[in-house]
Amino acid sequence: MAEIGLQEVTELAMLARLRLNADEAETMRRELQQILTAMDALAAVPTDGVAAMTHAVPMDLRLRPDAVLPSLAPADALAAAPATAGDHFVVPAAIGPHE
Amino acid sequence: MSGIDAATLHSSAAILARRVRGGEITALDLVEGYLARIVAYDDDLGAYLQVAADGARRSAEDLDQRRKAGFSLGPLAGVPMALKDLVVTKGLVTTAGSKMLDGWVPPYDATVVEKLRAADAIVLGKTNCDEFGMGSSNENSAYHVTRNPWDRTRVPGGSSGGSAAAVAADLCAASLGTDTGGSIRQPAAMCGTVGLKPTYGRVSRWGLIAYASSLDGIGPMTKTVEDAALLLETIAGADPRDATTIDAPVPRYRDALSLGVTGLTIGLPREYFPPGGLDPEIRIAIDAVVAMLREAGADVVTMSLPHTALALPAYYLLAPAEASSNLARYDGVRYGHRASLQGQNKASLADMLEQTRAEGFGPEVKRRIMLGTFALRSGYYDAYYKKAQQVRTLIKQDFDQAFAKGIDVVLTPTTPTTAFEIGATNSPMQMYLADVFTLACNLAGLPGLSVPCGLNSVGLPIGVQLMGRTLDEATLLRVGAVIERRIGLGDRKPALTAESDTQREFPAAEPPTGGVA
Repeated sequence: MAEIGLQEVTELAMLARLRLNADEAETMRRELQQILTAMDALAAVPTDGVAAMTHAVPMDLRLRPDAVLPSLAPADALAAAPATAGDHFVVPAAIGPHE
Repeated sequence: MSGIDAATLHSSAAILARRVRGGEITALDLVEGYLARIVAYDDDLGAYLQVAADGARRSAEDLDQRRKAGFSLGPLAGVPMALKDLVVTKGLVTTAGSKMLDGWVPPYDATVVEKLRAADAIVLGKTNCDEFGMGSSNENSAYHVTRNPWDRTRVPGGSSGGSAAAVAADLCAASLGTDTGGSIRQPAAMCGTVGLKPTYGRVSRWGLIAYASSLDGIGPMTKTVEDAALLLETIAGADPRDATTIDAPVPRYRDALSLGVTGLTIGLPREYFPPGGLDPEIRIAIDAVVAMLREAGADVVTMSLPHTALALPAYYLLAPAEASSNLARYDGVRYGHRASLQGQNKASLADMLEQTRAEGFGPEVKRRIMLGTFALRSGYYDAYYKKAQQVRTLIKQDFDQAFAKGIDVVLTPTTPTTAFEIGATNSPMQMYLADVFTLACNLAGLPGLSVPCGLNSVGLPIGVQLMGRTLDEATLLRVGAVIERRIGLGDRKPALTAESDTQREFPAAEPPTGGVA
């Protein structure tokens, strides 16, 4: 059974881009532990040679004609953005002077 | 105010469309009739998140004029419909029940919405749901709790609880819900409505806000089995914008409704009748359905789906894993919530992302993103994610073997309990158990139908679930029609009391604005 510690919760939150405060992290740790304990029923199931299913309906990757179709006008694509400048989305600096 | 009476607003979509086409009633009167009921009852029930009053009126007036001008109208002529708020609607706010998408106005319609509009249905509004479809009670909506029309101290089920409540309370003629682990069938059962989850790939997911892409599906939530058939005929079919849709002809499902059950073999999997794990009154109701089907000519046999108990752990690894990937798109850049970061002059892109997602997502969504991130993490991938995918294969094989032995339909309770009280479930695992009978159907990609089969001793609805072969929705609807005719709910419907002090109203049409469709 996987034991989830606070350090692991912090790492998962970083990977998931979620900011948790100390109380939230502890609650999350406790709940994940409870859920994963219930998931341990899977470990006892013999699955050697059983294919992993990604989709319930068997299908091949489908190709379609490489044709140009209408897409959203820039104004429509930008209409719901929290911050824009001209035809661009605005975000905080990804790489700061300190890096 | 319309002159439409309550009995008309309780009619099926099929009947309403016939009457609109025949000129007996106008689409505008229907829209006004439902808007008046929403005003009277929805402050209390909370089924809707958005009501598109002006847009619905404009659509209805246009349709009525086309009828007068002699144009032929579509199969859903003038039928006012409520859509779960996970289905995107051009020009009409779509939130997925999340603060992350508060106020978001999509620039396009989902394929199913295009198809409904082409069939002359009218979009009346958007219904409440658990955030991003993650929940079994509607208590995970970021906006408000929806109450069950049969007992307003209880949940309507979830995640399509707003749709189920709106249909049950006659606040719309019909609705579309979405179902990733039972989210159409479970609330349908708890609210006494019909709910159909089609075969995976039968209905396009283009424009469905993604939760778990290998499990998600859109389907009808209706007052009658005939309406479920009619709506499925309208929304099913291949879509070049969704590569997972199945390119198979769409039958006229309504043709199956009168065929009866003689010659069909119906299987009762013993794993769905666990001693102590099923409300005794539900057991009695299901036994009555079985006795009736035998009497009506079906061959009912007991059977086994041996991996059933593994559906819950497999689902709650696979669905969160897919969710953790799908919900990575909510980054505060292109649309949706962005943290203000006021006073943080040196805030970086990473700060903005983490704070935006911390503010925008609710607790259950965060829990599933974290669980999914764990399951996909290097070192745990084989033990959790891959293992769950292998178990999914075993669950699918259980069904394949049953169908190969001649079972036409698998019959089970839809839910282990009737609707529970608001606030009564306080641990994630306890809530996950509300879906225990519906999860396997999604994992196997099969069609599933929930049909009302009576009320318990305190007047709460009970649903029976039918599961069938890939693309064999017709046989489910065929059996469902017999259950509806011979048991169903008859004339029983929730007793609603109007709020006497409501001040809410939808004033007569105003000049169009950007906020309605």
